[in-house]
Amino acid sequence: MNDPKEALYYIDGVDVPETPPARDLDQEPWGETTVVGKPLPRVDGYERVSGTAVYPADMSLPRMLYGAILRCPHPNAVVRSVDTSAAAAMSGVHVVMSGFTPSSRALQAHRQLIESNLFNPHCRHEGETVAAVAADNPYRAQDALRAITVEYDVLPFVADERRALEPDAPQVREGGNQVSDTQQYQRGDIEQGFVEADVVLEEDYRCECEIHTPMELHGCVAQWDGDSLTLWESTQGVYNVQAQAAAALGVPLSKVRVVNRYMGGGFGSKLAAGKYTVIAALLAKEAARPVKLVLTREETLLAVGNRPPSNMHLKVGVKRDGTLTAIQFTGTGTGGSQQAGGTSLLDWIVRDLYVCPNVRTETTDIYINAGPARPFRAPGHPQCSWALEQMMDALAQAIDMDPVELRLRNIPTVSQGRNNIPYTTTGLRACLEEGARSFEWQQTKDAITTESDSHIRRGIGVASGLWVAGGGGPPSTAIVKIYADGSVNLNMGASDIGTGTKTVMAMVVAEELAIAPGDVQIEWADTGSTQYATGSGGSKTVPTESPAVRAAAIDVKAQLLELAAGEMEVDASLLSLADGKVVAGGDSPKEVEISALRSLRRRGSVTGIGYRGPNPSGKAVNPFVAQFCEVEVNTRTGEVNILRFLGAHDSGRVLNLLTYRNQVFGGITMGIGYGMTEQRVLDVDQTGKMANKNWHDYKLPTALDVPADMTCLPIDLNDTEANTTGAKGIGEPATIPTAPAVANAIYNATGVRVTGTPIDPTKLVSALAAARGED
Amino acid sequence: MAHDRRDHDEKAADTSGISRRGFISRVGAGAAVVAVASKASAESAKPTETMQATELSRITLTVNGQQRQVLVEPRWTLSHVLREELGLTGTKVGCERGECGACTVLIDGKPRYSCMTLAVEAQDADIVTVEGLMDGEDLGPTQEAFVEKDAFQCGYCTSGQILAVEGMLGDNPNPSLDEIRIGVSGNLCRCGAYVHIFQAAQRAAELKQGVGGES
Ligand code: FES
Ligand code: FES
Repeated sequence: MNDPKEALYYIDGVDVPETPPARDLDQEPWGETTVVGKPLPRVDGYERVSGTAVYPADMSLPRMLYGAILRCPHPNAVVRSVDTSAAAAMSGVHVVMSGFTPSSRALQAHRQLIESNLFNPHCRHEGETVAAVAADNPYRAQDALRAITVEYDVLPFVADERRALEPDAPQVREGGNQVSDTQQYQRGDIEQGFVEADVVLEEDYRCECEIHTPMELHGCVAQWDGDSLTLWESTQGVYNVQAQAAAALGVPLSKVRVVNRYMGGGFGSKLAAGKYTVIAALLAKEAARPVKLVLTREETLLAVGNRPPSNMHLKVGVKRDGTLTAIQFTGTGTGGSQQAGGTSLLDWIVRDLYVCPNVRTETTDIYINAGPARPFRAPGHPQCSWALEQMMDALAQAIDMDPVELRLRNIPTVSQGRNNIPYTTTGLRACLEEGARSFEWQQTKDAITTESDSHIRRGIGVASGLWVAGGGGPPSTAIVKIYADGSVNLNMGASDIGTGTKTVMAMVVAEELAIAPGDVQIEWADTGSTQYATGSGGSKTVPTESPAVRAAAIDVKAQLLELAAGEMEVDASLLSLADGKVVAGGDSPKEVEISALRSLRRRGSVTGIGYRGPNPSGKAVNPFVAQFCEVEVNTRTGEVNILRFLGAHDSGRVLNLLTYRNQVFGGITMGIGYGMTEQRVLDVDQTGKMANKNWHDYKLPTALDVPADMTCLPIDLNDTEANTTGAKGIGEPATIPTAPAVANAIYNATGVRVTGTPIDPTKLVSALAAARGED
Repeated sequence: MAHDRRDHDEKAADTSGISRRGFISRVGAGAAVVAVASKASAESAKPTETMQATELSRITLTVNGQQRQVLVEPRWTLSHVLREELGLTGTKVGCERGECGACTVLIDGKPRYSCMTLAVEAQDADIVTVEGLMDGEDLGPTQEAFVEKDAFQCGYCTSGQILAVEGMLGDNPNPSLDEIRIGVSGNLCRCGAYVHIFQAAQRAAELKQGVGGES
């Protein structure tokens, strides 16, 4: 695993699996397409708006019980005893278990990603699991939790990573609060770089901890048939959950079937099984009845992942002509009380986004007594972008250059962070140039500077970015089957986490087989019946799966045409598909309905298999982005009204313009939350507990916080090297530069730079007052 | 595999009985005190009967035009009863404390958080869930508009958004963009599909007024 992204999206210590080489069939890049690229509504839109889509939390099985988890209320405590007798005696309560329950595997380490025991005798964060129950209904389950008595030895805590390395800080784990050695990266001669600079700027930046909180709560339904377990889990990766649940339970993979048809969002927090998954399975085993275990919103804010807070220092040198001469970056972060990637990929943008020969970075991951981090939509990138893109803005100002122009002077064609291997395509220049044109950057800038001196100030901002992954890769296997009547079934293991994966894949099949996407029946995300797929994360689902699906469609088409060639007595190379028919071109045009092919009817179906081929060797496949926004700031109240946003994206070929646009707008919306409203608040001095573990106080952006005026500008560079569909990922890049673009626009409007997220009115109004020389 | 409803007998078996409908309050630890007025005795001021939190009462809910009899604990929310008792899982739950709007249903035509409404409070009201917007197997106009404009990603907030729009259009068939934004501002969408939701609301208004065809 030398690519930094791999550790995040695959299971630690397990090799990234390979799929067999693709069959030798013609897979030329598409030219003109008839279906692919169109703005088509989703093939499963009906299910999602009618209420018929069954999400895991909607499941109901005969004799099903409801599980619930008791969690530690302290940031650091040892569990002395757990008295479950009163709970166990309650009517309607079927199972109560804790770390003190004899038998069970409850004390075994729950391996990778979740490194602590299922019920940990030492709870190192608020929200650690202490006990669990299964009861007739969720209310009874909560009653039972309240009837459990736990004795804790409450220990001193540290809840702020900025203080955790002080010598007298309480130890989260033996061996100190630094997770591992400081990670360092260096190229060129940083000191020399600063000497060569005309201007050197330095600044501190901080990003607060952001929490995924997908709309559907984390959870699952567990059912045993003898020694076989079925889990209906809200997950981004059924095969991940299968592997982790099987390992935790000590059963073979074939005894664990994980199904996830519809799921209500994950953003990285649902790539792995949770403790709740294993707990649900154990409760179900003990009760000998199915158990539905859905967490509460409070639990999801405490215990199932976050984007770690980051403290960053940047020192950058630039020449008057805009050439960057040196970048020095120091970052710290925390994944909470576990080794959970508190500084994962935090410096990648510094290493790779702009041409700069002299770069030095240092990142230090620190333990604190708080809930674990998980991958969150472009791990590390929005943080680093917050720092670097505001710094670029400040540098541009310092050398009196337009901020778009400064970025254009430093466009890379090779991946400097990977020893200068080239990118298959670098759309960054086009994103900036075409984005600026379409946004009317210059005109808006001119208009604003001539405006009068009101307390309502307008400003514009830009920020660009790239995402370290987004090229996808093996393994993936897909199967496309043509039934005797010519209708089609697609079988793939990937989850559709709301990004439109099913729709896009149906369009790929439709493109190859000349049918309508809505006519493709799809079987997906079920370890028992669909093909192996890695989790849907890292913006890699479309570039991973679409080439495999295309290969399967090409394979099945070749077989079908061969059958038809025999019956039609025409060479297969002269045949093609159109409207459910096999059509022979050439001198004697003929056509046969697919459903009329006798050999197909005798066989019942033809089956094509597609594998994801390897990525181009020695090349990097990355998406690029530039975003532009305009804001209006009320300098008396600190309120910011974001007027419009434009996202210019190089994510390779657009497979469905409608769902692509939705990803861009969704990424911008999430980025607005990151920059403007969201923040985990830990009571670091008094209790160490989270002070805003609900959606009232942890503020997601609402319909009133985002502009209705959003534009998506795809920069489609025709990447023929990346893979056989030319697609790169769009989900993560869409959110990377949003927050700094807003911060830069606020600076442009007010002359005040806010270097810490979120820029809420309280913070901004005091910054504005300070700038005016008031207190 | 979603079953409409498990049989009630298993649950009823271990409760201490079914109270008649009327004034109910409860004492004991751990649950809220609930008073429920029936029509018959609405003028009376005092509870006349005390019951346990876990006792079941028989109530009648009018959901999507149908009368549904259901046994409920007084503390059960409408969202719980719709989802877990009546099998109407189109109504989603994101927070169970009035913060997200995933559970929005129409109560007497107004969008309401069903997690903040007790089932017993919803007797005598006209409740409409997303399933009730269907015309048989066909989508209603607001649902159509959401598909056409791709006004969702994961779809988990979507029923709530659709009912918020439906309720808004009931009051105001021609909302401005600002009115739409306010109309759906009580419904969070973590996937961030708001811009498409605004477009869908506009489209739904058109469709309801019989403006078909391409938009
Ligand atoms: S579930 Fe009712 S408002 Fe969130
Ligand atoms: S579509 Fe996922 S929360 Fe709105």
